[in-house]
Amino acid sequence: MLPPMDGTEATLSVEVNGEARRLPAGTTVSGLIALLGLDARKVAVERNREIVPRSAYAATTIAEGDAIEIVHFIGGG
Amino acid sequence: MTAGRSPEDLDFTEAELSRYSRHILLAEVGAVGQARLRAARVLIVGAGGLGAPLGLYLAAAGVGTIGVLDHDRLELSNLQRQVAHSTDRIGRPKVESLAATLRALNPEVRVETHQRRLDAAAALELFPRYDLICDGTDNFPTRFLIGDACHLLGRPLVSAAVLRFEGQLSLFASHLGPPHPCHRCLHPEPPPPGLVPSCSEAGVLGAVTGVMGTLQATEALKWILGIGESLSGRLILWDALDSRFRTVRLKRDPACALCGEGATIRDLSAHR
Repeated sequence: MLPPMDGTEATLSVEVNGEARRLPAGTTVSGLIALLGLDARKVAVERNREIVPRSAYAATTIAEGDAIEIVHFIGGG
Repeated sequence: MTAGRSPEDLDFTEAELSRYSRHILLAEVGAVGQARLRAARVLIVGAGGLGAPLGLYLAAAGVGTIGVLDHDRLELSNLQRQVAHSTDRIGRPKVESLAATLRALNPEVRVETHQRRLDAAAALELFPRYDLICDGTDNFPTRFLIGDACHLLGRPLVSAAVLRFEGQLSLFASHLGPPHPCHRCLHPEPPPPGLVPSCSEAGVLGAVTGVMGTLQATEALKWILGIGESLSGRLILWDALDSRFRTVRLKRDPACALCGEGATIRDLSAHR
């Protein structure tokens, strides 16, 4: 779960793994990974059906209405 | 034995015409496509859960030369998902077991076995002998070696992965240049050891490997035939528990260490 917002801050309505969430305005992909408590070395992030390159996490700001999915890094065969 | 033939050679025996009749009926395949399949050389790395269905469908389809690489021997715990092997073959090299099954299914195809661990030297020696590489291995260091070697040696890669109830699949053709991404555009580095579990640690539903290996075979056949929309630049994600497939876009990352403008990975020395 994401921490509750205090109501005074501007927020964004987004979808994370199919569930509606509110995020602080200006949240980057790096920030979202930290908020979700994920380790960036074992996930990929998909934003609006497109993988965000890891090199762009810090510079990619999440926008109102974005659909974000966390893609787990798997390697079994 | 009809392997090693030219793709222009449209001469088929009665037995071949009968065996491949359902393919030849397809406008997108036809005799021309079937001849392409017969002339194709595909290397399967990993004769396990993915390699079993992959090998079965490539052999059944008449891919003329199929290489199978695996260093392991068959164990009882493999048989819950590795459906091209059998109980009476426990203890035998997996490449021998898979090759025996494929030859029995279709004696028209040539199966080349490579019973060895894939290291940089093996990739440099073997990958250039094949047109297309399929990754069905079970660990990240080997997957990164395969991905790097395919890009550097100029071979397309069909890569599938499974864990628990999940599967992922893509095709990488980054050696052709933009817009094709490479495997490192998705994951720049392997995860540190121990961070992501393997199937032997976390489990996998056997049928999930069957679905993903069969999708992998389908994309390999499409690539050889040159039909449909290639999966390059897209990633298929399947969640068996949700019964949900998603296809997402994967772009070439200009900052990628393997295929980016300032690429720093220029050989396989990091894998030695």
